[in-house]
Amino acid sequence: MTTPPIAKKSVSISIAGAGGAGAMTAGGILLEAAGKSGWYGMMNRSVGPQIRGGEAAALLRLANHPVECMSEGFDLLIAIDWKNASRFAAEMPLKKTGLVIADPSAGDVPDAITAYGAEVIEVEIKKLAKSVPGGRENMVAAGLAAGFIGLSEDFLMEIINAKLARKGDAAVESSRLCLEAGLKAAAEIARNFEIGAADMKNKGRWLITGNEAVGLGAIRGGVRYAAAYPITPATEVLEWLSPALAKIGGALVQAEDELSSINMAIGASYGGRPSITATSGPGLSLMMESLGLAAAAEVPVVVVDVMRCGPSTGIATKSEQSDLNIAVYGFHGDAPHVVCAPLSVADCLYTGQWAVHLAEAMQVPVIVLSDQSLGQARVLMKRPVNLSFLANRKVYKQQSDEPYMRYAITADGVSPMAIPGTPGGQYTADGLTHSVRGTPSTQRSDQQNQMDKRHRKVADFDYGIHWGEVSGVGEELVILTWGSITAPAKEAIRTLNSEGIDVKLVAMRLISPFPKDALLEALQGAKRILIVEQTHAGQFHSYLRANCDLPGEIRQFHRPGPHLISATEITSQIRDWAQS
Amino acid sequence: MNIPSNSFTNKDFTSDIKPVWCPGCGDFHVLLSITKALAALGRPPEDIAVISGIGCSSRIPAYTNCYGFHGVHGRSLALAAGLKVARDDLTVMVMSGDGDGFSIGGNHFLHACRRNIDMTYIVMDNRVYGMTKGQPSPTTEPDWDSALSPGGSGLNPFQPLVIALASGANFVAREFSGNIKSTTQTIIEAVKHPGFSFVEILSPCVTFRPDEKEWKKQVHSASVEETSDPAQAARRIMTDDGMNTGILYRGTRAPFKSKVSDEHGDINALEQDFEI
Repeated sequence: MTTPPIAKKSVSISIAGAGGAGAMTAGGILLEAAGKSGWYGMMNRSVGPQIRGGEAAALLRLANHPVECMSEGFDLLIAIDWKNASRFAAEMPLKKTGLVIADPSAGDVPDAITAYGAEVIEVEIKKLAKSVPGGRENMVAAGLAAGFIGLSEDFLMEIINAKLARKGDAAVESSRLCLEAGLKAAAEIARNFEIGAADMKNKGRWLITGNEAVGLGAIRGGVRYAAAYPITPATEVLEWLSPALAKIGGALVQAEDELSSINMAIGASYGGRPSITATSGPGLSLMMESLGLAAAAEVPVVVVDVMRCGPSTGIATKSEQSDLNIAVYGFHGDAPHVVCAPLSVADCLYTGQWAVHLAEAMQVPVIVLSDQSLGQARVLMKRPVNLSFLANRKVYKQQSDEPYMRYAITADGVSPMAIPGTPGGQYTADGLTHSVRGTPSTQRSDQQNQMDKRHRKVADFDYGIHWGEVSGVGEELVILTWGSITAPAKEAIRTLNSEGIDVKLVAMRLISPFPKDALLEALQGAKRILIVEQTHAGQFHSYLRANCDLPGEIRQFHRPGPHLISATEITSQIRDWAQS
Repeated sequence: MNIPSNSFTNKDFTSDIKPVWCPGCGDFHVLLSITKALAALGRPPEDIAVISGIGCSSRIPAYTNCYGFHGVHGRSLALAAGLKVARDDLTVMVMSGDGDGFSIGGNHFLHACRRNIDMTYIVMDNRVYGMTKGQPSPTTEPDWDSALSPGGSGLNPFQPLVIALASGANFVAREFSGNIKSTTQTIIEAVKHPGFSFVEILSPCVTFRPDEKEWKKQVHSASVEETSDPAQAARRIMTDDGMNTGILYRGTRAPFKSKVSDEHGDINALEQDFEI
């Protein structure tokens, strides 16, 4: 007898408070405890530009199945206070069936919140916290949330013990008392938001952010050197890599600016160490000239661009996909390179590792287009499998007295690279047009042949099945997207499929070189294609149109940040179209 | 590799590529001094990396028989820093000019001095942008007339040696390209000295600055002995006539320590941090 599948269930919780109130800490503890209890989930944060004291909300979605994006509406809002709440109210729409827990001492519930029509119940969070010596409101809030969703105190205490052990028994005890006060208050209110049975057989969860995952992917792929210049929202990639590299015989060096960090990475890679740097739009702009050098001199390097709203300084803490154009077209001259994009937080690991493999195999710069919504989200994922993507650079080994030709014309365009220290391999890597030997040249044949070779490397490479993901039902109606928008698109398709509307998803992980054949094969039979992306200009749509003739009728749905494109928006686009 | 130093000559470090420089350019002499110094230092050419940016002087890597990297304008120090940290076993030499090094690459100069990675930075200063046919550089005199700045830029010249000292360079010297013997010796000392060594070489541009042909008459070896006191060195450099050559400062600051090794640590241990 087979057991019936457990119904998929998820609950979305927002814990809000002024920056410094500890909303993020409370959210983090809930997420980790949920993982311990065999659930999945993810947490994003809504923070303003202030370093301390601005608005902050921990946005959580906990579920009995893996989730890749936040859900549409929130079931629970627990407000430690209402400071600046009106600013982020739009980011956490409440379901009508939802519940707001408000502290009466924090003043009236703002209109922007009551407008959602959810039930409001008052709990004296501050008073409960103050009744405990050293007690904090955020732990009461965590207790309330745990009580409503049915998360056991034991799992929460396991996390708190580990996190607060350094601060001593008193700190742990006051947290316990606050948690229990919250749990008790929730029990008295008796509203049920329980997720239900957890998958205890399938434990071994990982708790990781997209920024950490892309760094780990890079290390798995073979990266041993990173150069860094801090920039929101990419800094965590670098902050994770710094101690991690030090533990495995590598190093991260902080540079004076992005002009330097990209060159440090190129220099280290020239020396034979697979290298990486991470940045966001403004930093990528500064790196473009040197990325062209890496393309011309054929030095592998990986740049992770954790995209944020642009142009210029834009909105540093919010996501957008608007660096697609600069990543694809930002080089001067014809500079073959690779652009790829993770399709979910978990996929940051896969794509990060793949990027290193591609850079090293083809001796090219690779730009990974992650974004804030992936990079700064923390997810509970299944323990990932080991991938076979490894840095495997074709290197020169002296075999004869034949003079070494660094840029020899080969069938696949990839020429063996001499690593400094190798006798007989001396050459000068150069951004000037060069002969096969590397000597500067203004000859027409050298320009043509070296261009051809560099193009061939990237164009003829076998990207296999990794170019993208195809899922959903049917073939006539298709959502075509890329990068982080894949997750809400998948969620939309699940909803639509459950309503009996057949929709297929085609999501591109490989952006450049354009995977034309694979894409057109995936789109076979398509009669209607909705192109979805988070840009104002419709960059992805223009890019697709410039590179192939898409079949069927085409519609676009695109808008800029700061609010992520949601599954609901995509669902309603498709519903309207399917019915027309 | 311990090959006796007398087994090499400068020819072992020189390639067969004909330089693009104008006849009479000071950089020919600098190339000769560098290759002589490398021969005397005794490491084989494959263990030397010569890194540069853009400009006349930055063409040097391909004229040597070492590993080279001719990068983009102004970024040679960053490229070299990445290489040296990743490959501490190599001898890293960086070649630049007054435009590449002090204008577009100025910020990297400050931070390379401060970072104190063990490498040697040689700037061929001819006080002009030569490759673009004669524009004022950061070290050009304020009244030097050109098409781009008619009547002169009106700006005071940049003081690279003082700035190097203030930024933490561990070795500061000035040489004249025509004095091959002392330039060679200074480069040897610079390479041997741990940390970031900066050698400014006055290298005349006979095409756009014919007046610099007079330099050979104007330069003189330092009238004072080298010092390890940066304040003393700075005072001397600020009050000399700019034609004073020799090793002016030799510091004792510990160089940047690279931790990159060929060992492969346990990635599983890193991954355990994510397990719950």
